[in-house]
Amino acid sequence: MLRPLSTLGSYVLLMRRVLTKPQKGKLFWQQLFFEIDQLGLDSIGIVAFISIFMGAVVAIQTAYNIDSPLIPMSMVGFTTRQSIILEFSPTVISLILAGKVGSRIASQIGTMRVTEQIDALEIMGVNSANYLIFPKVVASILIYPVLIVFSMWLGIIGGGAAMMFSKLVSMHDYIHGIRIDFEAFTIFYALTKTIFFAFIIASVSGFFGYQTQGGALEVGQASTKAVVVSSIVIILFNLVLTQLLLG
Amino acid sequence: MIEGRNINKFFGDNHVLRDVSCKFHPGKTNLIIGQSGSGKTVLMKCLVGLFEVDNGQVLYDNRNFSAMNIEQRKEIRQELGMLFQGAALFDSMTVEGNVMFPLNMFTGKSVEEKIERVNFVLKRVNLVNSNKLMPSELSGGMKKRVAIARAIVMNPKYLFCDEPNSGLDPQTSNVIDLLIQELTYEYGITTIVNTHDMNSVLSIGDSIEFIYQGQIWWSGNKEEILHMGNKELNDFVFGTELTKRLRK
Repeated sequence: MLRPLSTLGSYVLLMRRVLTKPQKGKLFWQQLFFEIDQLGLDSIGIVAFISIFMGAVVAIQTAYNIDSPLIPMSMVGFTTRQSIILEFSPTVISLILAGKVGSRIASQIGTMRVTEQIDALEIMGVNSANYLIFPKVVASILIYPVLIVFSMWLGIIGGGAAMMFSKLVSMHDYIHGIRIDFEAFTIFYALTKTIFFAFIIASVSGFFGYQTQGGALEVGQASTKAVVVSSIVIILFNLVLTQLLLG
Repeated sequence: MIEGRNINKFFGDNHVLRDVSCKFHPGKTNLIIGQSGSGKTVLMKCLVGLFEVDNGQVLYDNRNFSAMNIEQRKEIRQELGMLFQGAALFDSMTVEGNVMFPLNMFTGKSVEEKIERVNFVLKRVNLVNSNKLMPSELSGGMKKRVAIARAIVMNPKYLFCDEPNSGLDPQTSNVIDLLIQELTYEYGITTIVNTHDMNSVLSIGDSIEFIYQGQIWWSGNKEEILHMGNKELNDFVFGTELTKRLRK
């Protein structure tokens, strides 16, 4: 019981060191653009691949489940859009990014810890927590919403492509369904969730990397912990934010 | 001068440093020697502030480092350089990037001035035309020399070296030892070297603190160390088969 509380306390204390003004603005901007490339742009491929195929699967499953002639086939487009915007893109893609990016952050910072690179920064008088983790947090918050909007777009395209090739629903009905009762608030809801999830992925993974002690084995354990804990926290916050924004 | 006064350090119930008092003088290579697990790395980490002392004081030229807050310590830290056991070079940066890092972080120098300074210190450690190499492309001895270049690029008043010879062959070890000594004399640096290598002790030990079971057991210099009647010290000094035979 005490261990999770102790870990939470350590996380809060670390965040106090992370969320401060960078010591050298020019270096921060360099780091920020580097991290945007490493953490965001480097993930475009996997996000695109998963989004297209998941969009296609959602559309096919919805079409398969509509048996009643009273339900218009445009519901396939409507359901695909809602599923992708409300849940699939912000939450599932964030969970995937927690795996891909979270393990990368934790192992990178963990390796720096066990090879004394973080000690070297501290000796020089650098706030190592701020220097290493803050650009990752800011980069994630800036680039993940872009990735999620991209994922939404590709998911809906994927659904359309599946309908076009399978001919389960006409493109006219699918596009009509996508346009029915669209509320811009759903995008706001999805992007709000994304910003929270981005912060969780970068900060939790950075925390577990930073706390690593030992050697290669412990770096691997830190990386696993970072992915597991980030995913759990994302799922919990998903419920809380959904209740707050839609409940 | 760096001074430790009655330093005590515990890890749980383990009393690692017991009332350690020691002085390290400018312009000299000051060695901390002792067996593995004797507490010398803990002492060095207490001196640089990587570990907080539980009791006692660390003073840099009479400035009480132990009583300072993080901001005050930053000023002192910009006056010190450290060579880590594994060199601790930043993997993602080239040799030039590593050496230039403190200049980028703490000075407002132009790019040309920084490159000039980097080239100067790299030449000083006998590493020319290596600017664009990555740490993974360097040998152990080269990594140590880059780490020394990074440690001295800001003209430090204090230089800490934790096991500078670990993992190096005897000849390269000697080169690194002599380089550290030359830099110490040239710039009047207060240098503290943590080692258990007797070659280093006899080569550069201007002042030596022998630490045994967390206590300063003996203090002296390289001239005196071979002629002491101290059992624990002699066990350490003549611990290898080679030194035992030579002694006979």
